[in-house]
Amino acid sequence: MLAFLAKRMLAVIPVMAIVAVVVFLLLRLSPGDPALVIAGDNADPEAVQRIRVALGLDQPLVTQFWVWLRHMLSGDLGTSIFSKLPVTDLILQRAEPTLSLALATMVFAIGVAIPLGTIAGATAGSWLDRSLMAVSVVGFSLPAFVLGYCMIYVFALQLGWAPVQGFTSISKGFLPFLHSIALPALTLGLAYMVLIARITRASVLEMMGEDFIRTARAKGVVERLVVTHHALRNAAIPILTIIGIGVALLISGVVVIETVFNIPGIGRLVVDAILKRDYPVIQGVILLFSAVYVLINLAIDVGYAFLDPRVRY
Amino acid sequence: MTAAPLANLPIVEIRDLAVPLPDGGDRRNAVDGVSFSVAEGEIVCVVGESGSGKSITAQAIMGLLPKIFVKPKGAILFEGEDLLKATPARMRSLRGSGIGMIFQEPMTALNPVHTVGAQIDEVLRAHLTLPAQERFARVVKAMEEVGLPDPERMYYSFPHQLSGGQRQRVLIAAALILQPRLLIADEPTTALDVTTQKQILQQIRDLQRSRGMGVLFITHDIGVVAEIADRVVVMKSGRMVETGSVERILTAPEADYTRMLIAAVPTLEAARPAGPVHGPLALSVKDIAKTYTIRSAFGGMREIAALKPTSLTLHRGETIGVIGESGSGKSTLARCITKLIEPSSGEATLTGDGAQKPFRRRMQIVFQDPFRSLNPRRTVGQSIIEGPMNFGTTKAEAWEKARELMALVGLDPAALNRYPHQFSGGQRQRISIARALAMEPEILVADEAVSALDVSVQAQVLKLIDDVQKRFNLAILFITHDLRVAAQICDRLLVMHRGELVEQGSVRAVFSAPSHDYTRRLLDSIPGRRAAA
Repeated sequence: MLAFLAKRMLAVIPVMAIVAVVVFLLLRLSPGDPALVIAGDNADPEAVQRIRVALGLDQPLVTQFWVWLRHMLSGDLGTSIFSKLPVTDLILQRAEPTLSLALATMVFAIGVAIPLGTIAGATAGSWLDRSLMAVSVVGFSLPAFVLGYCMIYVFALQLGWAPVQGFTSISKGFLPFLHSIALPALTLGLAYMVLIARITRASVLEMMGEDFIRTARAKGVVERLVVTHHALRNAAIPILTIIGIGVALLISGVVVIETVFNIPGIGRLVVDAILKRDYPVIQGVILLFSAVYVLINLAIDVGYAFLDPRVRY
Repeated sequence: MTAAPLANLPIVEIRDLAVPLPDGGDRRNAVDGVSFSVAEGEIVCVVGESGSGKSITAQAIMGLLPKIFVKPKGAILFEGEDLLKATPARMRSLRGSGIGMIFQEPMTALNPVHTVGAQIDEVLRAHLTLPAQERFARVVKAMEEVGLPDPERMYYSFPHQLSGGQRQRVLIAAALILQPRLLIADEPTTALDVTTQKQILQQIRDLQRSRGMGVLFITHDIGVVAEIADRVVVMKSGRMVETGSVERILTAPEADYTRMLIAAVPTLEAARPAGPVHGPLALSVKDIAKTYTIRSAFGGMREIAALKPTSLTLHRGETIGVIGESGSGKSTLARCITKLIEPSSGEATLTGDGAQKPFRRRMQIVFQDPFRSLNPRRTVGQSIIEGPMNFGTTKAEAWEKARELMALVGLDPAALNRYPHQFSGGQRQRISIARALAMEPEILVADEAVSALDVSVQAQVLKLIDDVQKRFNLAILFITHDLRVAAQICDRLLVMHRGELVEQGSVRAVFSAPSHDYTRRLLDSIPGRRAAA
């Protein structure tokens, strides 16, 4: 087990290295010169050149990469070209809303999806199952920004249950925090929830036909335990896989939802940075998102081994 | 058993049981007019082929009929209580405590993600409230009783770490831990090797004797009936054909169907003469071997020899039987020869005149499971013509050939446009044979080709294989675990054990004077020898 863990952790290194190279090249090779942007429309060529030197943009690409990589490894993500603040600080400032949104969304989506999907799978063909699946089609085909504005219209403007936009820090109390995060989390989580629910339903349904379900019933196990202890437990691996894959959905959703609900999070930070070609910020955020994605999927890989004793690496 | 009169008290009595089929089935009732009883201390075998309703009857007793069935009619009296009138909660409380049940597939009947101990313990948790240590002690004792080695350690094993026989013992332990009055065993040994089957049958009989419980034993195998039954119920198409003591049924069957069932069981008499076959050499295998390398996490390597170097020769018109149990390497040998897997060393050479023909036109395979070896989304015609067309035959020609072959294997050529699920298992296996013959091969490899079939169907398919062999002068490599089947069709036998060829010779020689200890054990384990003797 320890050997497997160590091996899996080591495998993260090349993945992250490739991500680093791609992130670096993507921005350097994309059109548009940050020195020009910084210097403004009327700058003379010499001023632009001075800015280039100051940013190290006159160095060969490889040198730039090494310098950048050394900084990354020492935890220095660089300095924003515009705000002159360290990127690490910028991200940390914005981390709370995004982290809150992501966590609330996952708790909501997983917490609702697994029970619903399990019930639907165990009672396949019932009215409950059919209505769940019908709702899920709608939930999955509705884009988050459309859904977001609909939610704002119904729950914030018409019913007045939630604020229209903005974010209240948890330091100002849990309930106001929850109040501000509920609508965005619901909006962001719907597609994720539907995805997990459908996979849960399909996997549980498949497991309900297995021989060991019949054995459990023959032992006199109550149906509730037959479903949870036997069917759901065996369905855990595909469910976990989809939760991991869905994190990508979540990350891209965060960017949209933070804009719709005007939440000052990392998603907004990166959108603003892209518009201004603020390279260090873009790189920092992409690296962070990639690391989160890779680490969550690492955790899920390790989770397989705990969930299924046949999985040994 | 001390109290002899008690032996006649029925534990379960089935009266005029009828299980209606949903509308559109091939008959109105899956089970109709079935009445029999199981008394204390006796083993009643329900024997019949697939579709006879024997498993449905067992499931009806357990209250575990699949949802598609409507409520059964008649009565099932368990110690006087009508189970068909019992509430679901009452049925649940009876399952596992009053009635235990074991199933055919010990591989899939256990939950792969829980330890075997926990799965036995589950019965205790479902029916009793006991402290954890006491439950653990009872589980260990139950495991001991069914002959599982080192139960305190094995408690924490997962099903995939156990052999098929051990898994079945775990299921027996779970079914019997609460000392139920009745054990229902639904084909419990069908998926096991013959030597393991013998041990499990012995185990069930011992436990039944020591506890005086009633056993309802469902099987398709007359040999197993002869081993274990006190009384027999013969079923066909959902109805009882006849019932009686095991001696009476086996020696003086009244119904034609019973006679047919008994006659269809292949005997160990060699059907072919012992002399060598004088056809031209078709296949020569020299020191073929397969080893798998397993890499551990730290880069260490372990080699597992699935097949040790094996040589054989096969002539046109000859059938060689490769016999052995699971893990013996017989399927690995077949796959290496057919180039479905790459052998680690050695080679199989096709000899004879067709040297310019492509390999797959010269050697074809019929697989075990006719339910899965045909593509369900293609008509059987498409499946048959696919091979020849890959090698350049025109569609019209291939189709014409397919029509001929269908007639040859005893099916209506018009059925070529149907899909595999519209055929029975035996018909599908005929189609598989037609598909193989469409390539006009010289060598046919049959990998457990009749193992999934009912005995009566098995006999017909064996006859078909025999016919096509004569007609096309085929060389056949016949892989089977069933010695009785091998005796029917083979000229020579190769006995495999743990990846090694341990014995070979003519069927007659191997059966009458087995030289290897393993062959003797194999022969001794064949069910029904007790009755035949």
